[in-house]
Amino acid sequence: MAPRKTASVSSRKSAVKPVKKDFNGGTFADFSKDEDLNAYREMLLIRRFEEKAGQLYGMGFIGGFCHLYIGQEAVVVGMQMALKEGDQVITGYRDHGHMLACGMSARGVMAELTGRRGGLSKGKGGSMHMFSKEKHFYGGHGIVGAQVSLGTGLAFANRYRGNDNVSLTYFGDGAANQGQVYESFNMAALWKLPVIYIIENNRYAMGTAVSRASAQTDFSQRGASFNIPGYQVDGMDVRAVKAAADEAVEHCRTGKGPIILEMLTYRYRGHSMSDPAKYRSKDEVQKMRSEHDPIEQVRARLLEKKWASEDELKQIDKDVRDVVADSADFAQSDPEPDASELYTDILI
Amino acid sequence: MPIDILMPALSPTMEEGTLSKWLKNEGDAVKAGDVIAEIETDKATMEVEAVDEGTIAKIVVPAGTENVKVNTLIALLAEEGDDVDQLGKGVGQDEVAAGAKGAEVEAPLAAQAAPASVPAAPKTEVAADPDIPAGTEMVSTTVREALRDAMAEEMRRDGDVFVMGEEVAEYQGAYKITQGLLQEFGAKRVIDTPITEHGFAGVGVGAAMTGLRPIVEFMTFNFAMQAIDQIINSAAKTLYMSGGQMGAPIVFRGPNGAAARVAAQHSQCYAAWYSHIPGLKVVMPYTAADAKGLLKAAIRDPNPVIFLENEILYGQHFDVPKLDDFVLPIGKARIHKAGKDATVVSFGIGMTYATKAVAELEKDGIDVELIDLRTIRPMDLPTIIESVKKTGRLVTVEEGYPQSSVGTEIATRVMQQAFDYLDAPILTIAGKDVPMPYAANLEKLALPNVGEVVQAVKTVCYK
Repeated sequence: MAPRKTASVSSRKSAVKPVKKDFNGGTFADFSKDEDLNAYREMLLIRRFEEKAGQLYGMGFIGGFCHLYIGQEAVVVGMQMALKEGDQVITGYRDHGHMLACGMSARGVMAELTGRRGGLSKGKGGSMHMFSKEKHFYGGHGIVGAQVSLGTGLAFANRYRGNDNVSLTYFGDGAANQGQVYESFNMAALWKLPVIYIIENNRYAMGTAVSRASAQTDFSQRGASFNIPGYQVDGMDVRAVKAAADEAVEHCRTGKGPIILEMLTYRYRGHSMSDPAKYRSKDEVQKMRSEHDPIEQVRARLLEKKWASEDELKQIDKDVRDVVADSADFAQSDPEPDASELYTDILI
Repeated sequence: MPIDILMPALSPTMEEGTLSKWLKNEGDAVKAGDVIAEIETDKATMEVEAVDEGTIAKIVVPAGTENVKVNTLIALLAEEGDDVDQLGKGVGQDEVAAGAKGAEVEAPLAAQAAPASVPAAPKTEVAADPDIPAGTEMVSTTVREALRDAMAEEMRRDGDVFVMGEEVAEYQGAYKITQGLLQEFGAKRVIDTPITEHGFAGVGVGAAMTGLRPIVEFMTFNFAMQAIDQIINSAAKTLYMSGGQMGAPIVFRGPNGAAARVAAQHSQCYAAWYSHIPGLKVVMPYTAADAKGLLKAAIRDPNPVIFLENEILYGQHFDVPKLDDFVLPIGKARIHKAGKDATVVSFGIGMTYATKAVAELEKDGIDVELIDLRTIRPMDLPTIIESVKKTGRLVTVEEGYPQSSVGTEIATRVMQQAFDYLDAPILTIAGKDVPMPYAANLEKLALPNVGEVVQAVKTVCYK
């Protein structure tokens, strides 16, 4: 890369441009009927899928770690609505929702959770490690923060190839404290890489509240020393997410470099299946569920605008349940990988 | 049809628990996500949420029951249209006491299946070195030039190949390995990075996952320790974890091992470290010809390759055949000198001790077969075993630490696969088991020396 001029000390200005738009409490374009119906269906699919995964875990069909996305559905569904073919997605280990939103099959994801040959990774990756070349989904990573450098590399590849695709690099409030995140921010800003850093702030890094682990709890400002602009977004409102995503995607596609979206969201379940979640009150969880649920918000809107009747919503619910039930049946009946798979896919 | 609610497993290891409390009663309507009961495990009290919508028709296991096995039926949920009252009568306490109902649920496969026998690890045939046509001009070349030429040739051949690292572009390489590349290929393909090994290794792997072919230079492999998570967890394992869908065609290269007087943090051989990892190839050349032919192969290889160079070797001259496209096979050892009395296996800078020792031993009438391993992983054991079958004696030579070294790995495998051919215990010459000291005299003591190799060969020959 060509060397860039560095500003002299005397000419240094305020690092970050003033944030003009408000994606957290501000107003933004309403969804069309189709958009609302689509968002409702997509979010419901993730919710029902995750509930079923939790149940299969309880029955012993899913082993090891299993991190559910329930409560955070609006984030991936809203972001996905702003993408075009070829844009890449990469995330950490709470990844089932991202994969479903990318259009990866419920059967493939569920069968991977149960470790069967029809799983997306032939049963060799499990909950935290799934990929899809076809859907441009680059994992599914179990090491907290590693996907941030990798996602920056996806953006590097877009710039190298001279296309206008964008890398959506998701990580949590916990990963946001990892050192390589800032190494990546620096390179992304230096080389103006088309990467959207989506920090899913669900308030807890496993059991540690954001305020106990982070000196700067406004994650949208974590790029300030690299001149990376950032927005806080109401991650429970799919319209806010979509509006922020449109803004961020435009920023990247037009060569302005990286951008940060801090999604203010909430996970209803524990960190993983074995987490009793004693670090927060039941009232806190209940309040989020009853007042900010991303799916209920869309549902209420659909009914209020008479875009769907109770019966029609019930039908969507039934369709979604059928997809999930089919994936669960497949994931329980599909055989385990053949023993010969032990030694495949190590080297090409 | 009513839905069975089963005792859930709430951790990877839970087998049973106490059903401490019901939060719903028979006849209560529940929605998906409602908390219906509390279960105490050995670790914590957990809430059980309903997955389906319906009415609790029957509570089968009462609150307070201890040692309830996972997958036991604990309640029945009536769906719309089911007769709640009738269902409530359907299941008696007898069935509960027998604990039989849970058994109807098919246990997960892993729990049922008898352990399958482990399939044999596949053997891969590696092609021999290409023939060098008679009359080919041999050009005296430094290892440094050979490495540069290899990269330049591959970058001319494939636009997806690029090189990134600290000081690789404008500075022309901290050790001048990338000299002239910026001028020929421009800043798009020869990229100076900030001093952030962890980050740029990850950027390289991410780019490789899309199909680009990065060459990531570490100024030295000591600094790659900052990036080892990306090398191992991301580069080496992705192909497996993705079921073969995507991998990382990437080369990590740079000087490895002790240079001179740079002390403990800058003097360490990582051959054994990386050779431990399935999903990596590990190459460590000695001669300029091998450096060139193997680096070209590494860049073309679809797998992540660790390419270990050595600062002290960079300036040494060797003959390199003048050919348009000189590519050597990764995974093939080279017989540096044929012999009949004892086998010495070495690689990289270890060869500098081995070659001198072999020359001295020749004067004493001991005819050593010297094998340059060249690739540490996959290891060309057949070539070593063939030699040991002939000589019956084996000495390994390397600069790395002695415990869990490449030499101990070779010794183990030869002992297992060619025990009957050995006429003496295998000896392994390595660096001393100490961090590298700075003082010149101590540094010299910490490294292997020619005398040690000579003595070891005489020992295995009982001379």
